Amino acid sequence: MHTGIQSPQGVWWKPVRGGEKLWVGIAFAWCLVLFAMMPLWHLRGGQNPSGIRSKVDPQAFMARTQEFIRTYQVGTENGIPVVEPPPGSDIYLMGMMWSWQPVLRLRKGAQYTLHLSSFDVNHGFSLLPFNINFQVVPGYDYGLRITPTEAGDFRIVCNEFCGIGHHLMIGRVIVVDESEPAAAGASSGAAIGGGNL
Amino acid sequence: MSADFRTCPTTGLKVHAQADRLIKANAVVGVVALLIGGIAALLLLLTRWQVVHLLPADWFYRLLTVHGMNMLIFFILFFEMAILYFASAVLLNSRVAAPRLAWFSFWLMVAGALVVEWTMFTGRADVLFTSYVPLRATPWFYLGVILFAVGALLVVAIFFATLIVAKKERTYTGSIPLVTFGAATAAIIAVITLGHGAAIYIPTFLWSLGIGNVDAQIYRLVWWGLGHSSQQINVAAMVAVWYLLGALTVGSVVINEKISRIAFTLYVLFISMAAAHHLLVDPGLPPTWKVWNTSYAMYLAVLASMIHGFTVPAGIELGQRLRGYTKGLFEWLRRAPWGDPGFSALIFSIIIFGFVGGITGVTFGTEQINIIAHNTLRVPGHFHATVVAGTTLAFMGLTYYVIPLIFRKKVAFWPLARIQPYLFAAGMLIFSVAMTFAGTFGVPRRHYDISFAQAPFDFQFSPAVDLVMTAMAIGGLLAITGGAIYIAITVWSVFFGKPLEAEVKA
Repeated sequence: MHTGIQSPQGVWWKPVRGGEKLWVGIAFAWCLVLFAMMPLWHLRGGQNPSGIRSKVDPQAFMARTQEFIRTYQVGTENGIPVVEPPPGSDIYLMGMMWSWQPVLRLRKGAQYTLHLSSFDVNHGFSLLPFNINFQVVPGYDYGLRITPTEAGDFRIVCNEFCGIGHHLMIGRVIVVDESEPAAAGASSGAAIGGGNL
Repeated sequence: MSADFRTCPTTGLKVHAQADRLIKANAVVGVVALLIGGIAALLLLLTRWQVVHLLPADWFYRLLTVHGMNMLIFFILFFEMAILYFASAVLLNSRVAAPRLAWFSFWLMVAGALVVEWTMFTGRADVLFTSYVPLRATPWFYLGVILFAVGALLVVAIFFATLIVAKKERTYTGSIPLVTFGAATAAIIAVITLGHGAAIYIPTFLWSLGIGNVDAQIYRLVWWGLGHSSQQINVAAMVAVWYLLGALTVGSVVINEKISRIAFTLYVLFISMAAAHHLLVDPGLPPTWKVWNTSYAMYLAVLASMIHGFTVPAGIELGQRLRGYTKGLFEWLRRAPWGDPGFSALIFSIIIFGFVGGITGVTFGTEQINIIAHNTLRVPGHFHATVVAGTTLAFMGLTYYVIPLIFRKKVAFWPLARIQPYLFAAGMLIFSVAMTFAGTFGVPRRHYDISFAQAPFDFQFSPAVDLVMTAMAIGGLLAITGGAIYIAITVWSVFFGKPLEAEVKA
């Protein structure tokens, strides 16, 4: 018997005994269970971070967001445009020092493809009080298929440090019930971009 | 030649005078960095605790940068450099290879650290520890980091050279001790880590001068090859220190060299992949990449920690039983030296690292669970359990042996030293668990004001958040008290302590 600060003499490659062997076996089996969980959840789970990923120039993303705002704007709040896109559409949310553009008005139960990106530095998308978080990286479009499951008034807090005004960066998402009428001025059905026409 | 050595009266090891001095210098600078990071910690804590909300916003983010750099880079790496000299030259009775280069590397690291401190404190680098591009700091900041990293890389090279010198000069027989083996895995991981560091900080330095461009996602990918891997140096070094403290405090034995060494090797092979944990909800990487890498390829590095979590306590038990504590199941534990701060620090380090740090880390290392954890306080809750209550506490425990064995001074304020690990461990446990709970409510990390007082929209967290944030503050204050006691003991012992006599000249 020797300690960890003494040089082992002769051959130390010896068979593993009893309790230690059992523990290594249990630990390895548990590791395999953990390993299986992530792929299985992609098949069975309701919430996955995969998304549709593509590179995008920040200027181009800004242009898309502005066109999205022009098309579906229904109002303004604290200087930030409020938009109500039709169910099933592509919706855009852009982080910039230090605000989220625009305020989104969504419909419970409808499906949307949410495009997240940044105009300047890294930002953090944190939907509260639900606590759903994604990294927002300039130059990359993170497309997430979302379905609001609850009506209410939500906040998007930035949770990636983005400069001195970081803690002031808070956005808003409103989810209305299926039955509620569309806000005045909301158009419906028009596709964005129109590049396919 | 032999005049350069002394024989340690406690361990019988021959200690090279240069190793002695290098260990002292690195340990002292490490503790100074700990002091700077600790003062920052106190001010940050009193700011995030909204009742006090001490600092203005700019100084909050500035000191957050200072805290991260001093704790995660300067304190811990200087201390690890000391451990590398100890595990190579001292444990193998050898001289330090290339002592002049060793001193050059030490001063290079000090110079790099000073440049970084200067840029941070003068507000030229308010980019936090991660310095995510395109947030921009002064070029001096990146240059300071590069100088520091080059110095550290040279020390790692000297470590390997010392292993070769010891082997050639036959300063030991048989194989290298397990603690040296563990330190060698930490050194290999350090090479991988610093390689990533060079790959990202050099282009970023050039970018800060206006040369070329750095993609924000690629920066995150490569930077975490540095940022997370550097924490794996800490894990490997900490586990080596567990075996070391076990041997020094209770004469704990190595149950099976093969199993312990395989476990260390698993760290080298798989742990670098863990960097992917930070990118689970990033837009630039596919799910297959995320799943494979965040599971460290079948969680084989987690397996390594689970093995050490068994073999270290088992070795302690067997060591105690060999010393005669054989009654019943638990006499070995009851009669353990609980008043020896080296021993209590070892035990709390194992428990908090494994149960709090390990479980929280593996949990939100799962792709889907990461959605509810990313960039919330759950993340610092996790790594304060691993790198502070785990690594730092183990290093603190080791200090109580470094002071008499290397500095040859009596540990000052012994009654305080006896309770220091209890105070620090209890504080960090409360702090980490409270942070983790706050994170489950979505409280963001690195955030100046969660009352959103001047923001365009209001938001109110659940009232339970006030409670856990108060618990976090109390835990943090306890831990900072423990840390302050540690620094007071260390500084007093080293500079004003009573010298130990009974020295044998070789």
